[in-house]
Amino acid sequence: MNTPANPSLPDASPCVLRMTNIAKSYSGMAALSGVKLEVARGEVHALMGENGAGKSTLMKILSGLVPRDTGEIYLDEKLADLKSPKAALDLGISMIHQELNPVRAMTVAENIFLGKEPCYGFTNIVNRRKQRELTLELFREMDVTIAPDRKMSELSVAEMQLVEIVKAVSYQARIIIMDEPTSAITGREVAKLFTIIRGLKAKGIAIIYISHKMDEIFRIADTITVLRDGQYIDTKPAAELDHDALVKLMVGRKISELFPPVNPAKGEIAFEVQGLTKHGLFENISFKVRKGEVFGIAGLMGAGRTDVMETVFGLRRADAGCVKVDGREVKIHSPAAAIRHRMALITEDRAIKGLNLKASVRDNITLAGLKKFTRFGQVLNFQKENCAADGEIEKLRIKTRGRNQIVKTLSGGNQQKVVLARWLLNDPEIIILDEPTRGIDIGAKAEIYKIIAQLAGQGRTIIMVSSELEEILGLCDRVLVLYHGKISAEYERSAFNQEVILKAAMGNVKAAAN
Amino acid sequence: METQTNSLQKTAAFFSKYGIFFAFVLLAGILAVTSPPFRTWSNIQNILQQISMNGIIAIGMTLVIITAGIDLSVGSVLALSAVVATSFAHPDQHALIVPLAMGILVGLVCGTVNGILIAKKRLAPFIVTLGMMTVARGVALVYTGGRPVINLSDSFDAIGGGSVCGIPFPSLIFLGVILLGVFILHFTRFGRYVYAVGGNELAAKVSGVNTDRVLISVYAFAGALAGVAGIVLSSRIMSGPPATGTGYELDAIAAVVIGGTSLSGGIGSIAGTIVGVLIIGVMNNGLDLLNVTSYWQQIVKGVIIVLAVLLDKKSKH
Repeated sequence: MNTPANPSLPDASPCVLRMTNIAKSYSGMAALSGVKLEVARGEVHALMGENGAGKSTLMKILSGLVPRDTGEIYLDEKLADLKSPKAALDLGISMIHQELNPVRAMTVAENIFLGKEPCYGFTNIVNRRKQRELTLELFREMDVTIAPDRKMSELSVAEMQLVEIVKAVSYQARIIIMDEPTSAITGREVAKLFTIIRGLKAKGIAIIYISHKMDEIFRIADTITVLRDGQYIDTKPAAELDHDALVKLMVGRKISELFPPVNPAKGEIAFEVQGLTKHGLFENISFKVRKGEVFGIAGLMGAGRTDVMETVFGLRRADAGCVKVDGREVKIHSPAAAIRHRMALITEDRAIKGLNLKASVRDNITLAGLKKFTRFGQVLNFQKENCAADGEIEKLRIKTRGRNQIVKTLSGGNQQKVVLARWLLNDPEIIILDEPTRGIDIGAKAEIYKIIAQLAGQGRTIIMVSSELEEILGLCDRVLVLYHGKISAEYERSAFNQEVILKAAMGNVKAAAN
Repeated sequence: METQTNSLQKTAAFFSKYGIFFAFVLLAGILAVTSPPFRTWSNIQNILQQISMNGIIAIGMTLVIITAGIDLSVGSVLALSAVVATSFAHPDQHALIVPLAMGILVGLVCGTVNGILIAKKRLAPFIVTLGMMTVARGVALVYTGGRPVINLSDSFDAIGGGSVCGIPFPSLIFLGVILLGVFILHFTRFGRYVYAVGGNELAAKVSGVNTDRVLISVYAFAGALAGVAGIVLSSRIMSGPPATGTGYELDAIAAVVIGGTSLSGGIGSIAGTIVGVLIIGVMNNGLDLLNVTSYWQQIVKGVIIVLAVLLDKKSKH
């Protein structure tokens, strides 16, 4: 990044933002009380806390989306009135939401200048040429290379995110809030994002950064504020904290054993994939997994991990290759066939591929095994069904008001447990988990790791796709690394570490693959 | 104090959940007070008769809309079923079962074609059923040369004209369809899959649900019920008119939506649809009795439909 050190920034930067004594309650339930936040000019300030700690409520207050009950907000030591998102934008506060919401049918330039289009003279006619030039200028400043005339719908998620950041900057932002900006991007794109963030810092723009990914926090954040249960806990320079200390602040107790011990007993080979190929997605994928084993699949987003798993599970047809269960070749052309072979697929992205958010906890839990709760294969036996659903709720400790609660209203961790419960109810032998802990808090993660280890301990075969190296390292007996749809390496537990996996995921394999 | 607010909240929740039902009771109550002819037994019989057709169609439409679909073809399919059924119902031609089976079969076939195009070819339900709406109407006109089929057997006419203990046959058929709909949607595995497909088709598929089969069956069911409605209508007016049934799809959709079924899929119930059908029926009847001209009736109906959905939406937020 070619940004010169800015000498006008003093070491002890003044606060660009000071929030004091913020409280907010929703229909009697306190979401925040007595929370403070002080952000210095040009710093990356990480806001940490488990789901439900109050991070998003605080940020909604700051971006004018919800009114606060008490407390003051000062911008550059001036009392600010953030009564609407527009008021917040005008005061230089931009928020980039986790779920990007561009107008997909419009071009990049149109999206950036949406609502503030440059016009000819005093008319309302958009000066497209000027809009294009201004966009290019912004892109040049931030070292972004996206054609301003491309349609948003043609962009990758990472590119959309860059556009959103440019858009945020284009409001003359002093403070940019980024909510889980890396939830849908990986590797190189994250590095690019961080370069841009450092550029923004150099310009004196403060970034409030929300993420569940610890390694990122320590790579990018200058200061960390921790919230827990709607209360302010502490603010510390990032350099003074390490992973364990931060987790302790967040959960209020020490998670000494986030990962349960690995199951030592392995059985015979239960699942085998040979030369599986789907042109354009992945090629010649082969691996074997034993009973009782947790087999990891690592790689960057777009490496084809999810595609392989969905093909194995019968959601699409492979062009070549075969799948063997217990040594016998099986034809799996639909998820129903996969289920008959006692397989389960816990899909990535609960909301899109996993849950019917509009339905109840019970209806979601029993969906894949509904036939077991019928008479004559069709007529529902509610008593049996309710009993089974209650059993799973208790076993997995799903926090819910009851089996009839609508799934949409559960927290992310509990939603993920509902997906798990659905599959465990089928008593599967081969369990494929695709990003099983994405977007859920540390407490729930630890519980899910425990469940995975238990299942392996019962002699089941586990295949886990994950972008979080930490959990691959913590849970897996072996790991397969994919790069651009091809196997780039396979490592035994004794041979893998963060570095070799990351290298293989980038397609850079020097270590010998076994 | 706390328990008091709690019970208040519960009462509010109860009213908002069953708001549409109370709206219906209110509407019927007002009409019963203001219009003496409204509260006569013969008028109630009349209403029950009038709502039957829309009701039968609306039950099928409920399932379709829960899958996040729509069926615009039911009015035309009703007409096609009516003309085909009546063409087999001339005196001393066939046993009564033949025209009935033919009518339902025609609806079933049309619905199945809709379903296959929507599920297998991934075409938008709006487009597919809009096409079927035109095609079915065209076939009905070609089949009859544009003239109503007349000269029907007495047994066929009895379906629409008869009654048991003062309850008209069409209403009994509606009742049967309600029971069937409630059973299918709320008491079977298939019914659960209908909600699952509407709530999140991909998630249902991953869970092993044959989503194509569910969609095809739902449209086939809606088509078959349009066939039943066609039989009831033609036997009531004692002829098979190829041009009938226009706009019936809109009344059915209105009833379903008033009943709280979400056009975006995954949410809805037969009970809600029944209330929706009753509201539309009672409103039509009441406006007639109050001597509101049909021009004004359209305006009032439109406003009430939007108002009902608006209230329903408000109560849920």
